[in-house]
Amino acid sequence: MIDKTLLFAIGGIWGLLALASAIVFAMVKLNPQKNLTELAQRTKSWWVMVAAFTFAMLTDTIVSFCFIGFISFLALKEYFSLIPTRREDRRVLFWAYLAIPLQYYWAGTNWYGMFIIFIPVYMFLFIAFRMIISQKTEGFLNAAATIHWGLMLCVFAISHAAYLISLTPAGSEKPVGPMLLLFLAFLTQFNDVAQYVWGKSFGKHHILPIVSPKKTWEGFIGGLCTTTLASFLIAPFLTPFSKPESLFVGALIAAAGFIGDVTISSLKRDIGVKDAGSMIPGHGGVLDRVNSLTFAAPLFLHYTRYFYF
Amino acid sequence: MQNALRLIFFLLVRAFVLVFLGMQVRRRNLLPATGPAIVVANHNSHLDTLVLISLFPLHLLPRVRPVAAADYFLKNRFLAWFSTKVIGIIPMIRGHASKHFDPLAPCHEALARGDILVLFPEGTRGEPEKLEHFKKGIAYLAEKWPQVPITPVFLHGLGKALPRGEFLLVPFFCDVFVGEALTFHDDKNIFLDDINSRFKTLADEGHFPAW
Repeated sequence: MIDKTLLFAIGGIWGLLALASAIVFAMVKLNPQKNLTELAQRTKSWWVMVAAFTFAMLTDTIVSFCFIGFISFLALKEYFSLIPTRREDRRVLFWAYLAIPLQYYWAGTNWYGMFIIFIPVYMFLFIAFRMIISQKTEGFLNAAATIHWGLMLCVFAISHAAYLISLTPAGSEKPVGPMLLLFLAFLTQFNDVAQYVWGKSFGKHHILPIVSPKKTWEGFIGGLCTTTLASFLIAPFLTPFSKPESLFVGALIAAAGFIGDVTISSLKRDIGVKDAGSMIPGHGGVLDRVNSLTFAAPLFLHYTRYFYF
Repeated sequence: MQNALRLIFFLLVRAFVLVFLGMQVRRRNLLPATGPAIVVANHNSHLDTLVLISLFPLHLLPRVRPVAAADYFLKNRFLAWFSTKVIGIIPMIRGHASKHFDPLAPCHEALARGDILVLFPEGTRGEPEKLEHFKKGIAYLAEKWPQVPITPVFLHGLGKALPRGEFLLVPFFCDVFVGEALTFHDDKNIFLDDINSRFKTLADEGHFPAW
């Protein structure tokens, strides 16, 4: 039996997406001289992503874990394909991929201690150990650091979103965890869109011109306020937060989302690419879509877990 | 029966490529839509053939035939059956060309049937992710078939995923850059230089860190 609140919330996302699509459709029709293909493509991709997310949320929690684990895999694959790797480390990368099922297993079994140390302690040490077997010292430090950082961003950070599902107290009738995940996923993505729209409409003052020339103070603050308001409105249905807390959490997600976004921008700029991939038409790669989650998920999980579970 | 087996195999290959590798294809529309045609690609991995074949729509599957070394792919009976019946290779006998023996004969037959040939003119997988100079065979073939379009396809990433001599596949995204088709012109040497330079241009489209 699927919980009514969860169903209602997901229905709300579909409704919002339909509304946004109608607006984009009208914009394309009214401004035929402007090139809005990217916007139209982006909107189309949103439908696919929301459909996949809905399926993962409504079938079974195991499917939800596998879904987020698969996102980790795609992001890590994108990252490893992007960064310079040494030929000798091919098999090291294979071991790094194997961290994904294990990390999501810890998340799924609610083994918090293991979940929180597995990657930053044991995988990091193991990767370094496996690397010395090939006895190639040239570029060792760079290679170890880039592989570690990839595991941190793509696996460790994103798995925090999945851990939310395990927060459901034993015997609870309500799917507390999935509702928290829905809250986080919706707000990070909503914040991305809100920042984009505010920036496009009113953006003037650059915030980090060298890292990300398109980001503006207007976009950041507009997005932050919109997301905080959205959090205030939906938190009573999906989370245990009080009113002042829901404002704080909304701002936290918006700010962390922004930092995650520009961190990935910095990485791409260092490598010299615009998008991390081309898997999602209009958006770029998977990493371009989940960048805000890399910072927002750990902060949100820890805040929620320490104060409520 | 064989066609059904081939279809099932390549459906599985497609699913596998989609999940574990992932392709970023540029200008897929430039691939030949009908035979006879020749597709030439650089060669780094056994995966090259599988990925190239899965780029074509399923209804062309019976037409798409990779040309592969007989000494390697007909080594034993099982491999020979699998290579010729499932992958659908045209076996090519390397290094015995003479007045009485034309190693390209099976290619001529296939083109006459209207097939789409997939060829690796480097002749071998070689060093992973390194573009080698093309061998002359492709120029001989093109000279015989001056009307047949030859589409260059540059592959990157598969040599990292499964290089020569490795059995463990490590997931990497692969890039597929399709170039404009060309046909034979001038003489064999000039034509070969042209193809080589086209591959260099395609390779330069991506900025791939050295590997």
